[in-house]
Amino acid sequence: MPKKPRTPSTTQFSDQILIATKPRKLHLLLVRRIIVLFFSYFKDLVGREVTVELKNDLAIRGTLHSVDQYLNIKLENTRVVDQDKYPHMLSVRNCFIRGSVVRYVQLPPDGVDIELLHDATRREARGG
Amino acid sequence: MPYLGPEDIYLSTSLASYLDRKLLVLLRDSRKLMGTLRSFDQFANAVLEGACERVIVGDLYCDIPLGLYVIRGENVVLIGELDLEREELPPRMTRVSVAEIRRAQKAEREATDLKGTMRKRMEFLDLD
Repeated sequence: MPKKPRTPSTTQFSDQILIATKPRKLHLLLVRRIIVLFFSYFKDLVGREVTVELKNDLAIRGTLHSVDQYLNIKLENTRVVDQDKYPHMLSVRNCFIRGSVVRYVQLPPDGVDIELLHDATRREARGG
Repeated sequence: MPYLGPEDIYLSTSLASYLDRKLLVLLRDSRKLMGTLRSFDQFANAVLEGACERVIVGDLYCDIPLGLYVIRGENVVLIGELDLEREELPPRMTRVSVAEIRRAQKAEREATDLKGTMRKRMEFLDLD
């Protein structure tokens, strides 16, 4: 079967597709930089007491031991907030939490330098 | 990754410290698996040796042996290190056989289904 010739109308269409995908790529790059920003922020919080609330409603309080680029969290000295509801967690003292299942990370109120975070976010969003 | 320095390797949440230890793995379908971690990777895929599933219904529990398990990382919620010196479960809980825990699970499922249908009937009446 002979190949369809590249008429002016088909090239126009493919150019439009290219233009449409560019903003999405930039958006993903920005998201990546924001995640790196949060990673750096969590690194500074290592050693602080945090409560991690998971998507399955389990809330775990513990000392932030480490965090990685996927925002996986390792907690030490953990205790579950509602212990009676989760009897199986009784003897767990250290745990690794996959980043994809975290809903919230509740921080100590003095653990956040709001202005610093604001400035860093503004800088990231601007692309600086 | 622009913000990672050479010192960040010490901060990565590696599961290496959990190797050859008895762990509790919580899965997204709320199953609880226990076993010895033999292998892992960057996606939190894990190989558990001597795995057993701990089924808990109310005050009853049962350990169902499973053998060698390979867990896909996307299903992992939490990996907890079991402290061998502490009690794994509250003392009020009693161990039962597989058949009995299955019966208890079925009864609990039927009770929640019934609650669901009752609620739907009440909603239909639109009392408030």
